[in-house]
Amino acid sequence: MIAPEEILLTALRALRTNKMRSLLTVLGMIIGVAAVIAMFAVGTGAQVRITERFASMGSNLLVVFPGSSRSGGVRGGGGTLPTLTLEDAEAILRECPAVADVAPRVSGRTQVVYGNANWSTSTVGSTASLLSIRNWTLESGRNFTESDQRSAAKVCILGATVASELFGGEDPLGKIVRVNKIPMTVVGLLAAKGSSAAGSDQDDTVLVPVTTAMKRLFGARFPGKIQDMTIQAKSAAEIAAAESQITDLLARRHRIRPGEENDFTVRNLSEIMEAAQEGARIMSLLLAAVASVSLLVGGIGIMNIMLVSVTERTREIGIRAAVGARGADILLQFLAEALLLSLAGGILGICTGAGGAFLISHFADWPAVIAPESVALAFGFSAAIGVFFGFYPAWKASRLNPIEALRYE
Amino acid sequence: MALLELENIHKTYDLGEVQVHALRGVTLSVRKGEYLAIMGTSGSGKSTLMHILGCLDTPTEGRYLLDGKDVSGLGGDDLARIRNDRIGFVFQGFNLLARTSAVENVELPLLYAGVPRKERRQRALEALALVGLSGREHHQPHQLSGGQQQRVAIARSLVNGAPLILADEPTGNLDTRTSEEVMELFSHLNETAGITVILVTHEPEMARYVERIVTIRDGLVVSDEAKARERSFAS
Ligand SMILES: Nc1ncnc2c1ncn2[C@@H]1O[C@H](COP(=O)(O)OP(=O)(O)OP(=O)(O)O)[C@@H](O)[C@H]1O
Ligand SMILES: [Mg+2]
Repeated sequence: MIAPEEILLTALRALRTNKMRSLLTVLGMIIGVAAVIAMFAVGTGAQVRITERFASMGSNLLVVFPGSSRSGGVRGGGGTLPTLTLEDAEAILRECPAVADVAPRVSGRTQVVYGNANWSTSTVGSTASLLSIRNWTLESGRNFTESDQRSAAKVCILGATVASELFGGEDPLGKIVRVNKIPMTVVGLLAAKGSSAAGSDQDDTVLVPVTTAMKRLFGARFPGKIQDMTIQAKSAAEIAAAESQITDLLARRHRIRPGEENDFTVRNLSEIMEAAQEGARIMSLLLAAVASVSLLVGGIGIMNIMLVSVTERTREIGIRAAVGARGADILLQFLAEALLLSLAGGILGICTGAGGAFLISHFADWPAVIAPESVALAFGFSAAIGVFFGFYPAWKASRLNPIEALRYE
Repeated sequence: MALLELENIHKTYDLGEVQVHALRGVTLSVRKGEYLAIMGTSGSGKSTLMHILGCLDTPTEGRYLLDGKDVSGLGGDDLARIRNDRIGFVFQGFNLLARTSAVENVELPLLYAGVPRKERRQRALEALALVGLSGREHHQPHQLSGGQQQRVAIARSLVNGAPLILADEPTGNLDTRTSEEVMELFSHLNETAGITVILVTHEPEMARYVERIVTIRDGLVVSDEAKARERSFAS
């Protein structure tokens, strides 16, 4: 029996004598493995980004918006009339034991002016709860108070983008900005948060008390109604309970008769996140599946080269057999060559794929995450390809009759 | 005691429509230390016989005893093992690995015998010295003359300490002068190391070195005569 390192050395020598050919074969593998690695990295990056952004929105969240879920439940869309009221929000907080906090919301596009600076942004009317529910922290200043809400005070909190657009380096606290021409005092500044799961800039916003928004800014169209509310359950375990408590309570308050469709929808944010993640996962699997085709092509390239090599080196095989190589020795030698080709392709492919993923993430501003398991998978897969596609040619070589092999020209 | 014994060996190639009877009942016994030539016209079955003797091929019929052991029915791996440590084979066309140095070519049988690297190298160098190729160890076959290549092949055939060397027209590709050198080398190995040498040759000139000539015709031994060595390595 010949030692493993001798087999490897012999295989290496054989590959070295045909450098160009070995290189091109390896190149085929490199492209395949790199494609799979890069696609997985981009796909995993998408999942990570989705998770991060949903996490930045807050935890254990439910969203209630008008319209029945069966009619599509389009959120605040043109066809859906607002049905939720501030009293609904207060009742939920009061009467649903699984609910920790409620933030009602009324929002719209506004023009915000300070001095000569002018910025169009979305203004959100809500309560002090919004900040804690959405994991929002204040950079400086204060949150809204009960009395702000009661009196529909003309105060606002600015998002980081708005603050820098309107004030530049100046400190906005205590200054008066005009929101849709209504002068409001800046009482707080939000800490920057980055972009949302949907990709929009979460810092491009102005917060005002919900009552202010209803009475002074957007109340004209639907007096007394709010657009939707974000609700925080007491814990992850109580999300389902909160969902049913809210549904029951609102159905009662809105006098929905049994069998009738609800005029509101309760959605669990983690469900939405899971759906989005599932989408990203399927997308990355799809990309990787397409990329695997090139891996397969690389494997076939190895098989092709090994078959040519076995035919070309028939005489060499005959010589080795004549001096005492057994079938297994010949088989292992050619298998080792195929394995070396595929593993070299695998390793270089992993590096190339990682480099490619880095470039994609750098230039497309898209996170790319090289999961260790995808590297292990690519490595194992290329080894498997080497063995799988190398076996037939190697087996063919090992079966050669020494006399016939020696006679081969 | 006989080193090898052939009993009624047949070899038939089945080519579908026709059957070629290359050997039709060869019986032959060779003692240890003999130096023997097999002669015969082209197509008489000499190479076929040598391949069977060298365990490169198996007979269709008959018994082949090597060292008293029947090897005619052995499988591929057992035959490979015998080729590796009992028999050295020298071919007309040298059959060296291209782009591989002389010493590495000589090491090849030791590689498959599982001899450690260091010892392999040392024994290969010794074998090359024995055939007079010191200083050419790292030449590749294409950098050597035909005679030198055949010496490398002979070194390879004896490196494993095999008691039997088979050579099928070892001088067929060489000029007279070089042929004589190769024949003298075989004489030397036969006389000093006691290696049994069986070779095939067409040339009566070369037969002068041997002490026994077996002639075959149409797959049968037609004459088997002992004779005196007319030349040896010393003369
Ligand atoms: N693989 C084979 N298939 C079919 N027939 C074969 C095969 N090998 C040899 N033969 C036939 O067997 C007979 C003997 O061939 P062999 O090679 O033993 O002759 P030889 O005595 O060595 O001739 P030469 O002196 O030309 O080398 C020939 O008729 C040849 O055609
Ligand atoms: Mg012949």
